[in-house]
Amino acid sequence: MLALFVRDLRLGIRAGGGALVGVLFFLAVVAVVPFGVGPDLNLLARIGPAILWIGALLASLLGLDRLFQADREDGSLDLMILSDARHMLAFTVFVKCLAHWAASVLPLVIASPLLGLFMNMEPTGIAATTLTLLVGTPAIALIGAVGAAVAVSLPRGGLLVSVLVLPLTIPVLIFGVTAAYGAVNDPSPFLPPFLILAALTMFFAVIGPFAAALALKHLSD
Amino acid sequence: MRLIAENLCGERGGEQVFQGIGFDLGEGDALLVTGPNGSGKSTLLRVVAGLLPASGGLIRLAGGRETFPDAASACHYLGHGNALKTALSVNENLRFWQEFAGDPHLSVGEALDMVGLPQVGDLPYGYLSTGQRRRVSIAKLLVSYRPVWLLDEPTAGLDKASEAQFAALMGAHLEDGGIILAATHIPLGLEGVGALRMGEGL
Repeated sequence: MLALFVRDLRLGIRAGGGALVGVLFFLAVVAVVPFGVGPDLNLLARIGPAILWIGALLASLLGLDRLFQADREDGSLDLMILSDARHMLAFTVFVKCLAHWAASVLPLVIASPLLGLFMNMEPTGIAATTLTLLVGTPAIALIGAVGAAVAVSLPRGGLLVSVLVLPLTIPVLIFGVTAAYGAVNDPSPFLPPFLILAALTMFFAVIGPFAAALALKHLSD
Repeated sequence: MRLIAENLCGERGGEQVFQGIGFDLGEGDALLVTGPNGSGKSTLLRVVAGLLPASGGLIRLAGGRETFPDAASACHYLGHGNALKTALSVNENLRFWQEFAGDPHLSVGEALDMVGLPQVGDLPYGYLSTGQRRRVSIAKLLVSYRPVWLLDEPTAGLDKASEAQFAALMGAHLEDGGIILAATHIPLGLEGVGALRMGEGL
């Protein structure tokens, strides 16, 4: 399983992997917002966490459609399904999601403090947003795996995956942004929405791989 | 160990492509599946591997004990795709499949020697020619052990010398008590093997 993680990580990072496309997209979205909103520093600080979260959400949906498609095209997916007795397919899917997250979403999380400065956020806000992104974005990858598995046999399923997955990621977005606001604005709490966010990630860590494995088995041809 | 198919039926897109296929292969047996395009050779192999559900009949593995509880777990499947990544080196590709599939057999270097490509290990897989890619994919069969080889047009893209080399590899596998089920429309150079002629298709 470690071998699969290392392989997918290498594939993501090397040329043609497309891991950096997500980061560039994230950078572009967030960097453009201050120009559109105007030089109202208070407003920017207020919408900062939401913009970072929306940017990260859209950027992490970007590479999702290739999650299983590349393996299906060259026949690797067949061999992974064939190894179901050794490595349960759901676990294989889970490891692939983890590798996808580490290669294409983790860089977004690392870049978010810098982009927080663009949005005139205060240090606590930046730290809280980065923390919520770190905890919440795995859920997006895990939900996305289901969409990617359903659309695996469609040649241009990219947009379909995003449309399928987006409604399911809304709770993650809501609780992520609420927690980030809670850390800065005094009356609203940080911990309860943050814990719900962590629970969402753990919930989808179980449901997502099983659903995706089921879809892959039935759509394998 | 025996691979047994009883009255196997397969369909593709809701259309029956073959029915009533039965065979019983023991250790050291090989079966060549021949027939025109569209007669269901690949479908049969995918049904045996468990990648497609059989629409009737059953496929089972007798005497696999705990190591190979079902037919799928005892199979190497060499399909149309080579299941190797162009962005990784040949060594990285093979080492991954060895670790993922388990039951290591030959080392990566030895397997590449066996298919006559000892010098390509460090090259990116994407640099290789079609025939060389197929040979690396054949080396994948050697790096981890499976008693049953399911081969779908295994010699596609191979030259004469490589075909002979591959025939020798298959012969060695059968001598070790392996089982081979190969779909092909050219003779693979194996002697004394069974043949299954698929129907005329659609």
